[in-house]
Amino acid sequence: MYVAVKGGEQAIDASLEQLARERRGDASVPELSVAQIKQQMRLAVDRVMCEGSLYDPDLAALAIKQARGDLFEAVFLLRAYRTTLPRFGVTLPLDTAAMTTRRRISATYKDIPGGQILGPSFDYSHRLLDFALMDEGAPGLAPERADETRGESAPLPRVTDILGQEGLIEGDGDLDGQAPGDLTREPLRFPASRDLRLQNLARGDEGFLLAMAYSTQRGYGRNHPFAGEIRMGDIAIVIEPEELGFAVEIGDVTVTECQMITQFKGSADKPPQFTRGYGLTFGYCERKAMAMALCDRALRAKELGEDITAPAQDEEFVLAHSDSVEASGFVQHLKLPHYIDFQSELLSVRDMRAKAMARANAKEAADDAA
Amino acid sequence: MTQLDEGSGPAEVGVAGYNFAYLDEQTKRMIRRTILKAVAIPGYQVAFGSREMPLAYGWGTGGMQITAAIVGADDTLKVIDQGADDTTNAVSIRRFFNRTAGVAMTERTVDASVIQTRHRIPETPLRDDQILVYQVPMPEPLRYLEPRETETQKMHALSEYGVMHVKLYEDIARHGRITTSYDYPVLVNGRYVMAPSPIPKFDNPKMDRMPALQLFGAGREKRIYAVPPYTPVKSLDFEDHPFSIDRQPHSCGLCGSNESFLDEIVTDDAGGRLYVCSDTDYCRERREAGDVMNRSAAE
Repeated sequence: MYVAVKGGEQAIDASLEQLARERRGDASVPELSVAQIKQQMRLAVDRVMCEGSLYDPDLAALAIKQARGDLFEAVFLLRAYRTTLPRFGVTLPLDTAAMTTRRRISATYKDIPGGQILGPSFDYSHRLLDFALMDEGAPGLAPERADETRGESAPLPRVTDILGQEGLIEGDGDLDGQAPGDLTREPLRFPASRDLRLQNLARGDEGFLLAMAYSTQRGYGRNHPFAGEIRMGDIAIVIEPEELGFAVEIGDVTVTECQMITQFKGSADKPPQFTRGYGLTFGYCERKAMAMALCDRALRAKELGEDITAPAQDEEFVLAHSDSVEASGFVQHLKLPHYIDFQSELLSVRDMRAKAMARANAKEAADDAA
Repeated sequence: MTQLDEGSGPAEVGVAGYNFAYLDEQTKRMIRRTILKAVAIPGYQVAFGSREMPLAYGWGTGGMQITAAIVGADDTLKVIDQGADDTTNAVSIRRFFNRTAGVAMTERTVDASVIQTRHRIPETPLRDDQILVYQVPMPEPLRYLEPRETETQKMHALSEYGVMHVKLYEDIARHGRITTSYDYPVLVNGRYVMAPSPIPKFDNPKMDRMPALQLFGAGREKRIYAVPPYTPVKSLDFEDHPFSIDRQPHSCGLCGSNESFLDEIVTDDAGGRLYVCSDTDYCRERREAGDVMNRSAAE
């Protein structure tokens, strides 16, 4: 009997209803609020804003709620929203030295002007499940220390600038006359300029970049990195509308910046000096910023005349596969029906099998006759 | 009759906060310019600033962007996947345009002015007042032979298609036939080798000198290409191994057609099979036209 594959519409409706119910879960448990996610799932919010390339903690939290905590799905929701937004203008470049710094560490110097600031970090936590958190209203937090600050608001010089004074590290490039590209408006072309590469990496999937960065540490394109400086804090966003002619602050964003310092032996036209790998993320995404910096440096292999031997140095490989929205969509599209193609393959395989069997039979007959 | 109730006519409003057919007018203009370039250079993949759509990449975002850019309030849209109007993703895309553009929808090939398709070309010949929009996963026919975009661009620029012929030749040497059975590469207007999208090679001959405009959209890969009306489209082959299509040794169990591409439906776990037209509109038209096979004879 032929069971028609009809009723796609009702099936979709029913599926969406189930999804909504599952999202809500047991109705006797209070519903999660967007504000709670924004406050208490902040690192998830930061990751979604970073990979979604839209700085809006409320919408990111909403996306996480709607996606049932699936961060890929939340990034996708935010991206699909972002793509419809009008572009009002471009901000002035961020001066990260001027941020209100909540965390700042350098692995290259014991002490640096302004000092090292640990800030809120998992680094020195012992990864023991805290069963006290099982209960809401668990013992309150220790009162804030009298000397605790919400970040250092005085400008802190970047470690790379300190090295730069001695000419030990390459320059940071010149902004004059360079309008940064935007790969959300124009497709990425290869070879990609560094601005587009950094934009691609900033939007890239943290897991993918982490694995790529890790591979460089294990010998696939090793470049001897040092974490020159990692800083996280809040920084003002400034625009300069043409019709006004002066700069206006339009708000603050939290960013994490990582400057990796990497050995470079020099080339015919460049003296030996340290080179840079750069990572910058929306929010507090330190792992991502570090991975991004390692990937950026690995992808400079061609520019610096290094041999390209590893996947992390191959810009087409890295940049074409870093986007989680693209990757997730295309991998998962295999769920869609492919029965026309499969039927074509069946025809082809059946035909080849028939020919192969005919040949085998003919050979057998010939052998028997002999 | 087949006018779907969800799309009886242009809606007064689309989705609040979104433009007609979702994309903003600037983006539509950019896509139309890309389409014009694609039409001017048949078979050439034109890069465009593909947008994130509210459907996942790989699920028809390229085709949807083309449709959104060309569809107008007086158009009649048909959406098929695997030849059928009622497959879930076709339903989903149709709903999207119904919500955002409110254009008239149809399942009848002859009534549609724009047909968005995945994996099939309708059996009913298309006219020169129709546009066929293909959803394309991998626009680069050379990609499986050369993964680098920088290389494949050069190969197209120089018409350096030797690797493709070597691949097809090796198939023949090893297997006695070209083993590519879908997304079978074609040469457009004697110049560019083009991926026809994963349609069965059964459909390839329909592309040749088709009166309708054929537009191909690859959202994730950010490419649009086109075959203008009446353009020669030749499936790659050799003089001594001419292109041929696989004929299924069955006829449709519902309408009796032995001309159409058939789905193989597994009816039991004892080898039972039913073959039916993959093009559901074509099959229904034939049955309605009285060319109905006796069901009991078919079973």
